Amino acid sequence: MQPSPNVRLRVPAQAKAGEVFEVRAMIMHPMETGYRFDSQGTTIPIHIIRSFACKFEGETIFEARFGTSVSANPYLSFFARLDRSGTLEFTWIDQDGDVYAHAAPVTVA
Amino acid sequence: MNRAAAALALAVAGLAAAAGAPRSGASYLAPDLKALQDDDFRNPGLLWVDQGRKLWSGAPGPGAKACAGCHDAVAMRGVAARYPAYDRATRRVVNLEQRINLCRTGRQHAPPLAYESRDLISLTAFVSRQSLGMPVQVTVDGPARASFERGRAAYHQRIGQLDLACADCHERSEGRRLHGETISQGQINGFPVYRQLWDGAASTHRMFAWCETAVRAQPRAPGSQDYVDLELYVRWRGQGLPVETPAVRK
Repeated sequence: MQPSPNVRLRVPAQAKAGEVFEVRAMIMHPMETGYRFDSQGTTIPIHIIRSFACKFEGETIFEARFGTSVSANPYLSFFARLDRSGTLEFTWIDQDGDVYAHAAPVTVA
Repeated sequence: MNRAAAALALAVAGLAAAAGAPRSGASYLAPDLKALQDDDFRNPGLLWVDQGRKLWSGAPGPGAKACAGCHDAVAMRGVAARYPAYDRATRRVVNLEQRINLCRTGRQHAPPLAYESRDLISLTAFVSRQSLGMPVQVTVDGPARASFERGRAAYHQRIGQLDLACADCHERSEGRRLHGETISQGQINGFPVYRQLWDGAASTHRMFAWCETAVRAQPRAPGSQDYVDLELYVRWRGQGLPVETPAVRK
């Protein structure tokens, strides 16, 4: 299991019930396509993240599948609405099955 | 005759450019890229700054002291703005990367980080970020003078198969177009910089080496004294520009 690469998350610590807020997430990752060659003409092996999911207390609120066309250090922004306090869990799963998991608590007033 | 006229025209244009005020590379950016640089979350260079923050507070080895064990990160404000600077102990001008490595070997008793390694760029980016918005203010007098003069000479030395000096593009042709881009003054107030071409953060020296390869010259080694001298001169050209680390470029 690889240690998780650097992750940046921006989630409001507090939100009003039913209020729509923006969630932003970015991960440090090469997203190497496998289609490139190095200066010696050798193929640079593919290394990409396959999927991303954001769950609230076990319930999926956003998910995405990544392919080779997604940029390096992928950045995501989406919107969410909560009616109770809890924790948002973020997971990135890369091609070798390594799971990079992070969490952010949100207090709903 | 034509050649003399062209040389004269270049010289006149050069004088005009030299008289202009320093202009940050950020002012040449397309609006979307500028917005990316200015976004304090989405700027991908901040991944390296975050990485640097972790390294700053973590010990480099068992029994060794972390950077944070001696320095408060807040006290680093202004440091990046005055580097490269003369170092009394090694009796030469060193840049920020080398300053960090001197601290690692001399005080933390840890092996130096490889130049251009992710960890060294991250630490440099983190320290530079503390000076965000502060004017670049390097000292080029006193013991740093010799280094500065070598840097100035290198800047005006034509090299490579294209026979171009730094000054040919970044002074004499500044503002003209090349490959769909506007030629900038080549200021380095935003380094370490996130370059989309490289999908990562990079040092001033990697950019110098890239430029030298572009004019089909043999690039020098990142971390070499040649590049430190050049870095001092180029920093001085942008005296007064705000530190913008991490800048974002194509």
